[in-house]
Amino acid sequence: MTRRTCRELTVGELTPLGQSERPGEFYRLRLLGPGFDDWKPGQFVMLRPSCWDLELLWGRPFSLAGADEEGISVFFQVVGRGTKRLAGLAPGDRVSVWGPLGNGFALESDTRTLLLAGGVGLAPFLGYAAAHPAPGKLELLFAHRLPLSCYPYAEMAARLRVEAIHEATPADLPRIIAGITEKIAEYAPDGLVLACGPTPFLRTVRQAALDHGVRAQVSLENRMACGVGACLGCVCRDGLGHHVQVCTQGPVFWAGDVQL
Amino acid sequence: MDLTTTIAGLRLKNPVLTASGTFGFGLEFEDYGDLRELGGIVVKGLSLKPREGNPMPRLAETPCGMLNAIGIQNPGVECFLKEKLPRLPWRETAIIANLYACGVEEFGELAGVLSAEEGVAALEVNVSCPNVKEGGAAFGQDPVQIGRVTESVKRRAGSKPVIVKLSPNVTDITACARAAESAGADALSAVNTLLGMAVDARTRRPRLANVVGGLSGPAIKPVALRCVFQCVRAVGIPVIGLGGIASADDALEFLLVGATAIQVGTANFLRPDFAFGLARELPEALASAGASNLSEYRGGLILPD
Repeated sequence: MTRRTCRELTVGELTPLGQSERPGEFYRLRLLGPGFDDWKPGQFVMLRPSCWDLELLWGRPFSLAGADEEGISVFFQVVGRGTKRLAGLAPGDRVSVWGPLGNGFALESDTRTLLLAGGVGLAPFLGYAAAHPAPGKLELLFAHRLPLSCYPYAEMAARLRVEAIHEATPADLPRIIAGITEKIAEYAPDGLVLACGPTPFLRTVRQAALDHGVRAQVSLENRMACGVGACLGCVCRDGLGHHVQVCTQGPVFWAGDVQL
Repeated sequence: MDLTTTIAGLRLKNPVLTASGTFGFGLEFEDYGDLRELGGIVVKGLSLKPREGNPMPRLAETPCGMLNAIGIQNPGVECFLKEKLPRLPWRETAIIANLYACGVEEFGELAGVLSAEEGVAALEVNVSCPNVKEGGAAFGQDPVQIGRVTESVKRRAGSKPVIVKLSPNVTDITACARAAESAGADALSAVNTLLGMAVDARTRRPRLANVVGGLSGPAIKPVALRCVFQCVRAVGIPVIGLGGIASADDALEFLLVGATAIQVGTANFLRPDFAFGLARELPEALASAGASNLSEYRGGLILPD
């Protein structure tokens, strides 16, 4: 088990991605300093810039897209006050980072594995694809609303088989759900499905996997204050209906072990 | 500088404790510091039986603070005693159990179970949780009920010091403080969270499923300081100060108004090693405030003539 740490890193690069209608919405953040040489794709870190003072108290959780001895990389979309202020960081700014947190995705080198990502939920799969010893066993299905250039999609396309489905309007949803369900069914009975994205997306994946008897894991993203299992603010319900913490018992759960 | 602090016979190596509900059972923070460096750990509120707590969402971030409505989710006292306490360094650091129950008798029963444990240093009685319908707030706002609960716990507490944690959501906190003292409390903790609310103007919904919740963090520090100041002057038993402490200087302020020790709560969420850092920084902070030792500084607030 990797020992978790809390340490100060500095902003290396903050790169805006894509030409979406709302510019400056997606970023890749590279933090430099002692990173993690031992982590699992699907694990996350909590980030809290020093410049936040006391106005915003909580750190924010982000999937690790990459980490090595020199630093870590995460992707984020500006959705609220925290991510808006993260987007204003400059190289050299200091950020408290604690992690690696949570459990990570199953990695089975001989198993056909389908990666299902919704939007910025693509981030953990960058690390997954890099860590997998047989990328030929991997396939990515990527559901997105904004142009592909907003996401690290090209990097994934360079490594493995990929397919993107675009949700331009809510009317596209039934077609997308059908596409996801059909793809999941192809992985029965011995394949593996891993999913990360918004909760409605994960709900679709979970149901389809259970219906078709496919082993599947979903990575949940709940609001968190601490990330270490103390605040009890990020709970979901397990298969028996009991509250479990997403930060310590997840964020990755087997589809049958969580209610969405 | 010697930071040794004594609360009702309980000897702490320093006056820095972690507040209930913000530090889990301590074990969650082992990777980020040495638990033995803390004066004590007040564990997550315990009930006789496991509790699932309130529905989600349970947290909302507010300016310089946060609201919570967890609802005392906990695995029950038996699980704590079997699975958590044996793994804690209770010989080196005070492990204080926080008790939650729905009735006077149940508080006593829980105290009986916990007081039999060598590893439990003291009992903190939660009569002030705003997030549960029965028990919590209903007790904490009525001095008569505070007295009854305190007596019930004290009767079964054996030699363990009994600390009563007070709510700020009252007209006169000194009436509650005196009621606890008269009923035999050995110390007080002040304060629990302030009842608050956050709504979303666009979705037109409350931000917490419980609608209301407890406000904590730096936003409440002035209220907490005032409450501690008033309690210290109203009773003869030690008062442990908490509410919005987010720096060593904040801790000094509570000591100055007369707190015997302090608890770090929401600041544990700023970063998981926060409490360890505060315990380390305290001697230097005291020295830079011109204090020759802790007991000289404690309660040394200079009031206008």
